[in-house]
Amino acid sequence: MIPDLGRYATEVLSAYGVTVLLLAAVTGQSWRRYRRLKAQMDDAERSRRDG
Amino acid sequence: MSIWDYANPKKFMDTTTPAIPWIFGGAALCLVLGLVWGFFLTPEADKFGSSVKIIYVHVPSAMMAINAWVMMLVTSLVWLIRRHHVSALAAKAAAPVGLTMTLIALWTGAVWGQPMWGTWWAWDPRLTSFLILGLFYLGYIALWEAIADPDQAADLTSVLCLVGSVFAILSRYAVNFWNQGLHQGATLSLDAEENISDVYWLPLLVCIVGFILLFLALVLMRTGTEIRVRRLRALERQAQRAVA
Amino acid sequence: MTALLHRDLRLSIRAGGGFGLSLAFFLIVVVLVPFAVGPESEILARIGPGILWVAALLATLLSLDRQFALDHEDGALPLIATSPLPLEAVALAKAVAHWLTTGLPLTLAAAPLGVLLNLEGTAYGWLVLTLALGTPALSVIGTFGAALTVGLRRGGLLLSLLVLPLYVPTLIFGAEAARRGAEGMDATTPLLMLAGITAGSLALLPFAAGAVLRINLR
Repeated sequence: MIPDLGRYATEVLSAYGVTVLLLAAVTGQSWRRYRRLKAQMDDAERSRRDG
Repeated sequence: MSIWDYANPKKFMDTTTPAIPWIFGGAALCLVLGLVWGFFLTPEADKFGSSVKIIYVHVPSAMMAINAWVMMLVTSLVWLIRRHHVSALAAKAAAPVGLTMTLIALWTGAVWGQPMWGTWWAWDPRLTSFLILGLFYLGYIALWEAIADPDQAADLTSVLCLVGSVFAILSRYAVNFWNQGLHQGATLSLDAEENISDVYWLPLLVCIVGFILLFLALVLMRTGTEIRVRRLRALERQAQRAVA
Repeated sequence: MTALLHRDLRLSIRAGGGFGLSLAFFLIVVVLVPFAVGPESEILARIGPGILWVAALLATLLSLDRQFALDHEDGALPLIATSPLPLEAVALAKAVAHWLTTGLPLTLAAAPLGVLLNLEGTAYGWLVLTLALGTPALSVIGTFGAALTVGLRRGGLLLSLLVLPLYVPTLIFGAEAARRGAEGMDATTPLLMLAGITAGSLALLPFAAGAVLRINLR
């Protein structure tokens, strides 16, 4: 249920939308890179241990 | 036990890795609570109508844009003085998050300014300072990207951050002097009289806490990534030496 | 230090040193503006001081990247660094040389170019005064930026990105003082602030530039 935003609906919704979008983008990018590096790191540690 | 123990990358990773999901959880909780509260359950303000709801994303992001730079300044100083690698990497990790916060603050400010002042953009001191802050973030990130040697990059960006901070403050006063502007003064000063009423203030506070926690989680996570990048590089070099 | 200064001055005045280049650039930018905004002399007179300031700033920027890059390419920079002269003094000498070959000519050229923009009689003095006060700061800040990017490929573009935000306070106070002066208002405050920025930059930034050079030569 979206409350009645009157004539500022576009402004308010776009402000929230862009904020959520940008925060999600930076979080997602950080998260993907974190996972990738963690996997690489685990590989490297394993190959080093196994010789 | 002192705070400097966390300058050891291993200790830092061991402590922060289990904490990151919790901080993320707290951030998500606060953000959902604060934004839903603000978006659905707060009344319209007299002059602003429903556009007042933008405050719940505008103020926290603007605060964090500045706080992120301050954090980078502190960590840069720690790197220059005590040479802790984690500190330099934390500064590197914070910059893109700070830039994102600056972009959010600028965008939400623009869509708020459009109905209130009748313009997307005004050369108002606060707006202009944020634009300049965004440029500083861009230059800082670009310098990190441009230098191959990690220690040299950390040194150079730290000096840039220091000098940049001085000039950012100068710019703030310069634009203040240059144009008086439309933006209202501080909404959240500690004098109770100036503050906005509790109906808006409480959800805003929750949002601010949410933004802080999110920033913290992102920086810890990105710092962990940077530490791993560094460690991988060291392992590779070791392997090359072993072959040769 | 004087020897280094002389050397840099000689190098930049000789062919290929880019001495005339920034002046020519300054001239062209100022000539292009009326084409873009139209020939009405009132508008030109109003925006003239600002245009001349921005043009001078861009012309300064243009000549920055060759400040250390040439010495870096031909290997002279490590030699200069091993001399008994501290790198802070080297940076200061470089900045002074840069100002003498760029800032000073730009300041002197600004008045004749003002004629093209229909400046009013009072504006000339203010323009030259603010440029004379402000361009040293531009040179020192630029030297810091050039020292920061000395060993980088594609350093020129990055240099602009780093230096332009640092130029903001100088530009604001300089152009503001010139504008207020031209319109007959009190320009003491921006003028003093401009002088303060120049003095502060001259006193402190050579140290930052020296530190950065040392890191880059490590």
